[in-house]
Amino acid sequence: MGMTMTQKILAAKAGLDNVEAGQLISAKLDIVLGNDITTPVAVNEFKKAGFNSVFDKNKVAIVLDHFVPNKDIKAAEQSKTCREFACEHCVSHFYDVGKMGIEHALLPEQGVVTAGDCIIGADSHTCTYGALGAFSTGVGSTDMAAGMATGMAWFKVPSAIKFNLTGKLPNNCSGKDVILTIIGMIGVDGALYKSMEFTGDGAHSLSMDDRLCICNMAIEAGAKNGIFPVDSVTLEYLKGRSERPPVVFEADADAEYEKTIDIDLRKIVPTVACPHLPENTRPASELGNIKIDQVVIGSCTNGRMEDMEAAYNILKGKKVADGIRVIIIPGTMQILRECVERGWYTAFIDAGAVVSTPTCGPCLGGYMGILAAGERCIATTNRNFVGRMGHVDSEVYLASPHTAAASALTGYITEYKEA
Amino acid sequence: MNTQGKAFKYPDNVDTDVIIPARYLNTPDAKELSLHCMEDIDKNFVKEVKAGDVMVAGWNFGCGSSREHAPLVIKTCGTGCVIAKSFARIFYRNAINIGLPILECEEAAEEINKYDEVKVDFDTGVITNVTTGKTYKAQPFPAFIQNIIKSGGLLKSLKEGENRG
Repeated sequence: MGMTMTQKILAAKAGLDNVEAGQLISAKLDIVLGNDITTPVAVNEFKKAGFNSVFDKNKVAIVLDHFVPNKDIKAAEQSKTCREFACEHCVSHFYDVGKMGIEHALLPEQGVVTAGDCIIGADSHTCTYGALGAFSTGVGSTDMAAGMATGMAWFKVPSAIKFNLTGKLPNNCSGKDVILTIIGMIGVDGALYKSMEFTGDGAHSLSMDDRLCICNMAIEAGAKNGIFPVDSVTLEYLKGRSERPPVVFEADADAEYEKTIDIDLRKIVPTVACPHLPENTRPASELGNIKIDQVVIGSCTNGRMEDMEAAYNILKGKKVADGIRVIIIPGTMQILRECVERGWYTAFIDAGAVVSTPTCGPCLGGYMGILAAGERCIATTNRNFVGRMGHVDSEVYLASPHTAAASALTGYITEYKEA
Repeated sequence: MNTQGKAFKYPDNVDTDVIIPARYLNTPDAKELSLHCMEDIDKNFVKEVKAGDVMVAGWNFGCGSSREHAPLVIKTCGTGCVIAKSFARIFYRNAINIGLPILECEEAAEEINKYDEVKVDFDTGVITNVTTGKTYKAQPFPAFIQNIIKSGGLLKSLKEGENRG
C-alpha cells in the first residue's frame, strides 16, 4: 500500500521504509518551536527533568510574540525566562522585540522551516508550515521540552483526507475563504487526528500566502497537519531564504485516503464564521445587517504581505465608518517595514485605522484590542470561541482581509465586491 | 489506580480558551491559573470541585490552542479524570504527557448526569456510575502510552529510557 505525503515524511524521519496509519513511531525533528506563553512551561519541565543541554542549538526556535512588547509585569517575567534560556543554551533562532514577528509568519519568511522538514511547535498553529511541504504539528510544552532535549518526538501516523482543489479563486476571495468553507463542510472535528492533504490543479494555482493561511487553520478542523505538494511556487518562495536545502516528498500514486473531497475554487464565495465556532460558516452576502464595533486585520492566519495588500487596496483613500475601531497588525517586522516603504502604513492611518507592531495580542484576548461585553468584532484571526477576544459576552466573526476591510468601511459585515 | 467523585457535565467542543482563558496566561503558575478553570462557561466549577471529581463532556474536548495549561489546571483543581466522547489531539497528548487521566467513552459521556457519583478504574477502563449503578468500559490506551502514564509523564519516561541506556 502506498503512503500519503505526510506518511512519506514521517517514514523518512523515523528511518523506516514504510509506515501505515495508526502506527506509533519516533521521528527525528528538524525544528522545535515555542513562544513566550508555552516556552516558560517547557523550560520548567526541561529543568525539572534534569536535562542540561538542547539537542541542537540551531534546531530550536523561540519566538516572543503573544504578549510582546510585554503587556504587563507577569508577561515580562515570562519573556525573561525565555530570554535567559535562549542565552544559556545559545539558541540561534531566538526572536526578541525588534526582530520578532508572529511565529508562523516569521519562521517561513526567515527560511527557518523548509520543505521536507519534520517540525513540532508548542503552539497549535504550527501546522502552518505544511504549506511548504513539511510535516508540522502543534504540541504542548512537555513535548517541546522533550523535543529540545532529545531531538525526537513520538507520533501516531495519521490517516488522511484528500482535498482535490480545481479551478482558480475569484478575485474577492483568498485562502481564508477556502479554509473557512472547508471547516464549515467538515466541522471542527472533521479531520480529528488526520492529515489534510491538498492537491490538484487548484492547489498549484494558490499563492504561498494563501497556502500558509489554509494550512494554518487545519487545526480548526481538528487535524494533525495540513500539507501542500511542493511545486514551482514553493521552490520560488524558498529560493534564497531556506537555510537548509529543501527536500521534496510526494504522495504515492496508490496512497490510501479516508476520503477525497472535491473543492471547485471558482465556486468559493467570501465566507464568515459566526460565533462561537469556526464551523458556523455563512456566505458574507447572506449575513444581513450585522453591526460591528471593531475590525482586526492580522494574526498568524492573515498577517502576511498579501493580507496587508488586500487591506490597503480596499482602505486607501477611504475612511473607516464612524465608531469603528480598526486595528491592523503586520505579521513580522519585515512586513511592517514593507508597509511603511510602500506608503501603506500612511494610507491605513489616513483611513482611520491604527497599526501595531507584530503581536498575537487581540487574537487570543491578550491585549491590543480587547472587547467589552456586547461588542462585536470581525477579525482575520482563527478562533471565535466564547471569550476569545475579551468579555464572555463579546462576539468574534472570522473572515478574510477583503471582507474585514470592506466591513471596516461600512460598519457592518460586508462582502467585498470589486468596483 | 482509580478515582471517585461527583460529575461535572459539559457539552461538545469545550475549547482550551474556556478551560483557561488566555487573558490569564501571563503566568505559568498552575495554582494561580487553576482559580480560573472553566470560569467562562461554569463559574461554580472551581468553587464546587473536590479532589477525585470527574469531568464528563461530549465530542472534541479540549479543541483549540495547544496550551498545556489547560489539562494542567483541570488536574490542579483536583479533577481525577476527564471522560469525553472524543478529545482534540493536542489536548489528548498534553493530558498524557502531564499525567491527567482521560478516557474516551461515548456511552458514559452521554448518560452520566451532572453531580452523579462516578467511579473510574484506570487499570481496567471500567467506569461506574454509582448513582445509577450502570457500568461502562472505556477504550484502553495503547501499551506505549500506558508506559508514559506509568512512568509519571513523558519526561520521566524519557529519563527512564536514558537510564536503561
